[in-house]
Amino acid sequence: MPTVSMTVNGKTVSRDVEARTLLVQFLREHLNLTGTHVGCDTSQCGACVVHVDGRSVKSCTMLAAQANGASVTTIEGLAQGDKLHPMQEAFREHHALQCGFCTPGMIMSAIDLVKRNPNPSEETIRHELEGNICRCTGYHNIVKAVKAAAANM
Amino acid sequence: MYAFNYHRPGSLAEATKLIAANTEAKLLAGGQTLIPTLKQRLAQPGDVIDLGGIAELKGIKVEGGSVVIGAMTRHGEVASSAEVKKAIPALAALAGGIGDPQVRNLGTIGGSIANSDPAADYPAAALGLGATIHTSKRQIPADKFFTGMFETALEEGEIIVKVAFPAPKRAAYQKFENPASRYAIVGVLVAETANGVRVAVTGAAPSVFRWTEAEAALGKSFAAGALDGLKAKADGLNADIHASAEYRAHLIGVMARRAVAACG
Ligand SMILES: Cc1cc2nc3c(=O)[nH]c(=O)nc-3n(C[C@H](O)[C@H](O)[C@H](O)COP(=O)(O)OP(=O)(O)OC[C@H]3O[C@@H](n4cnc5c(N)ncnc54)[C@H](O)[C@@H]3O)c2cc1C
Ligand code: FES
Ligand code: FES
Repeated sequence: MPTVSMTVNGKTVSRDVEARTLLVQFLREHLNLTGTHVGCDTSQCGACVVHVDGRSVKSCTMLAAQANGASVTTIEGLAQGDKLHPMQEAFREHHALQCGFCTPGMIMSAIDLVKRNPNPSEETIRHELEGNICRCTGYHNIVKAVKAAAANM
Repeated sequence: MYAFNYHRPGSLAEATKLIAANTEAKLLAGGQTLIPTLKQRLAQPGDVIDLGGIAELKGIKVEGGSVVIGAMTRHGEVASSAEVKKAIPALAALAGGIGDPQVRNLGTIGGSIANSDPAADYPAAALGLGATIHTSKRQIPADKFFTGMFETALEEGEIIVKVAFPAPKRAAYQKFENPASRYAIVGVLVAETANGVRVAVTGAAPSVFRWTEAEAALGKSFAAGALDGLKAKADGLNADIHASAEYRAHLIGVMARRAVAACG
């Protein structure tokens, strides 16, 4: 079995896993980081989005082996102790979630989009979140939260 | 997903050797098509060769009037490249319209072209701009590369190294997209090149193709009006839950006119 090593939320981890292990399985099943969700498992919904070397990717559509040597950030890696990341805080403040299932992926995509578009318009936010599906909110409050967070990031 | 052995060669020479020794192996680029295929157990390769560690397959260069893009260059890198935006803005815009940001962060030009999905965007750019596909064995003009639905001129063990796009005088791509996946229901790239006008259509047929009647009309007068009265034939076009063959034929005309208008 190949040994896969990477930095996850600042900590170096190393595990022997089958080559077919997906990054999302590596995170959830081998590292017990269950904040990253699996919604569709068919590359459509974005519930599984994490950052690999600073870029948002669908962790259900990447092998753990492909992330060997990379730096990975998951939803668990955002808060500083009790202090939420500005994007998490904005989602809470603006009621940008109902059931919360899509929220980890939505927040990871939103942080990436604000990094690339520091002052995004509503249109840009909606376009950039095309890879994230929410079955509850109707998106309006998510867009509001991302806009508010962009101002604080 | 069935079990497989994973390889990560560090050079093109090493990758070529690996695939030559095992032609049943699968090359892995961005994985945005291959991994879903493996998850559905639609393929069972004993070995997977990841091209992600090969530096010589990455990057964008402008050389002698052509934009040359390494096979492992991600869609997002092409979309945001200042060089591509300057030399062939239509190509940057096309790459920026593929899928969603997460697909664009992993998906590659080599993977897209090798896959020859009937609804993919890059085949329209390759054919419409008259690109040349450089492989580990030879150079293939786009006109000879896309041979059918999910079929290309690539031989067993042949690896795409880079794609060279000659900069056109002007070009634009317009697609009528599936709102869920952003794949093209119909996409048309129109280019005025040094060797005449080229019109490439994706999404409509089993494989990307050139609409030669439109090329002839635009060659006489490069204006959307030149296509008035010209109808693409519905015979042999794709029909599915999204659009009938007749509707796709109609969309070809609409997208072609919009693309000409967008050329400015
Ligand atoms: C949700 C979603 C939406 C999408 N929307 C669009 C869209 O709107 N438009 C669009 O065009 N595409 C779309 N795609 C497809 C996406 O662009 C893929 O990235 C692309 O089709 C395949 O590229 P890849 O790098 O991921 O290749 P992979 O999946 O890794 O490989 C695909 C195939 O190409 C072969 N291959 C890869 N690289 C090479 C090489 N260098 N030489 C020879 N063979 C090679 C592989 O062996 C495999 O058979 C979408 C995908 C998803 C998941
Ligand atoms: S679980 Fe990965 S995209 Fe839905
Ligand atoms: S809050 Fe329920 S899916 Fe988005």
